[in-house]
Amino acid sequence: MATVDLKDVKKVYPGGVEAVKGVSIAIPDKALCVLVGPSGCGKSTLLRMIAGLEAISSGTCSIDGRKVNEIGPTERDIAMVFQNYALYPHMKVYDNMAYGLRNRGTPKDEIDRRVKEVAATLELSHLLDRRPRELSGGQRQRVAMGRAIVRSPKVFLFDEPLSNLDAKLRGQMRVEIKNLQRSLGVTSVYVTHDQLEAMTLADMLVVMNAGLVEQMGAPLDVYEKPASTFVASFIGAPPMNLLPLTGDGTSFADGSATGLAKPAKAVTIGFRPEDADVAANGEVPAGSLVLSATVQAVEPVGAESFLHCAAAGGLIVVRVAGRATARPGDQLRVVAPAEKLHWFDQAGKRV
Amino acid sequence: MIGASRSRAYIAHAVLLLGILVVAFPIYYTFVASTQTLQTILRPPLPLLPGREFFTNYSEALFGGVGRIGGVGVGTLLFNTTVMALGIAIGKIAISILSAYAIVFFRFPLRMTFFWLIFITLMLPVEVRILPTYKVMVDFGLIDTYAGLILPLIASATATLLFRQFFMTIPGELVEAARVDGAGPWRFFFDILLPLSRTNIAALFVILFIYGWTQYLWPLLVTNRNDMNTIVIALKKMVSFADADTQWHLVMVTAMFAIVPPILVVVLMQRWFVRGLVESEK
Repeated sequence: MATVDLKDVKKVYPGGVEAVKGVSIAIPDKALCVLVGPSGCGKSTLLRMIAGLEAISSGTCSIDGRKVNEIGPTERDIAMVFQNYALYPHMKVYDNMAYGLRNRGTPKDEIDRRVKEVAATLELSHLLDRRPRELSGGQRQRVAMGRAIVRSPKVFLFDEPLSNLDAKLRGQMRVEIKNLQRSLGVTSVYVTHDQLEAMTLADMLVVMNAGLVEQMGAPLDVYEKPASTFVASFIGAPPMNLLPLTGDGTSFADGSATGLAKPAKAVTIGFRPEDADVAANGEVPAGSLVLSATVQAVEPVGAESFLHCAAAGGLIVVRVAGRATARPGDQLRVVAPAEKLHWFDQAGKRV
Repeated sequence: MIGASRSRAYIAHAVLLLGILVVAFPIYYTFVASTQTLQTILRPPLPLLPGREFFTNYSEALFGGVGRIGGVGVGTLLFNTTVMALGIAIGKIAISILSAYAIVFFRFPLRMTFFWLIFITLMLPVEVRILPTYKVMVDFGLIDTYAGLILPLIASATATLLFRQFFMTIPGELVEAARVDGAGPWRFFFDILLPLSRTNIAALFVILFIYGWTQYLWPLLVTNRNDMNTIVIALKKMVSFADADTQWHLVMVTAMFAIVPPILVVVLMQRWFVRGLVESEK
């Protein structure tokens, strides 16, 4: 129904703090764009600028091709789901959902029809007469979603909507949001600090750091080809193992040789925990990274186990399938194949 | 109860009963005096049980017109006082909730200056500014009017601060949700802020109604005509220096009438009042 275009958007607070330092994102129609990053990276500020709750210092924000910099949140035709739901505590669920429509002068029977319809899709029909404080966290979350959907806006904005739910409910709601967004086909911007949420929800993933876009693209592309050490360590749990190289780049921090031909300018080598194998003595494919590692801790998760090891002067995590046989103190040979290695230069950029 | 042994419970109850007695006895005695003839009152000791003049005294006070205050019945006095107390309570709430709304939710130049200006008025008691206020009221021709009784008393720094504190506990997200939902400043105020403040308003109303009801100095200055007196002023006027000159039985009746409305307000609004003081809506 609408595209969202950000062109060199900046936010400078009075006092000179630059929260967003020039961000350009083009979100295609019907896409779910997830802004992810650590706290203070400017992702919420960016969302609030799209919403019109925060003034844009410079650059342009367009919704559906129309520049909206000077337009208030009401006229932008957006709906927002807040972290703490921000339901009106004195209003019944029905009125919470109807409030925005009433303010727009929608006819009464039309409001009634739409509220009931949305309540039915969200399984809220039996709760319409309750007040927010009589609802559980998950139900409140649904009402907040319902309030956004009922207005059928051009753009949905989600500000960490699941961070107040427990882990199980969070997983459930994640799937629900994804399905809902797909079936409604409404362009959405979703802010989170949870990389798992970001990976699973996004059509388009934007990783932000210190007010700048670090990388954007399809979630799996970002995962497989992180553009920087920051993205590599932020996306993926546990994060990518990063080992610094010293000297001319042929040895590790502890002085042991890498035995690899490195690309020019590379000063850091990285590999994902699941891309490394614990191999018995034997032949390894040419170009593989071979590390001798000492197990420090074992985290059994069930379907897989994570071995935390000391190797090459740093700490690495290796994923092994099923139950791990290694015990703390064991010596292992960790092998990562050549095509799964990532190289980063002095500035942390991918080589 | 902590340490719910029998003797402790007895002691606790005894203390409470004593407390009630200390508070309630003077009021009871006033009631007793209001049902006696003037002669009985003037000849001590006053009996501890109500006399037989209840209807005579009360009807005289209500409909007879009491001599010393220019033939004005208690009904008129009660009406005047009610108008003033309601005017002060409602006026104060309206003004302070609006100024608190402006100070908390809007960004305008000199916002903090205005806040401090309001705050500073707390430091000046009514008595200090009573002469200039009186002069202003005279110039406006508001002596012996309800407006003159009410207006100078309706600006309230205390109530403004109270609402300000409450408004500051309203989460920013709620304000933003309302903005996204298309609620302008007025709609936000009436649809969201006012309903959320209703317990605070109720508590303030009770306090301010009693404050207005018991006003003494200002009504004394600003009213000259007997039919504009408030009940508290009339009460004062009824009491003469010479004991024999004072119709004590009617004074007592008037005192009873002066007490009852504030009690009614407290009793009727008790539930809201307590909620407003102890609980904030979540």
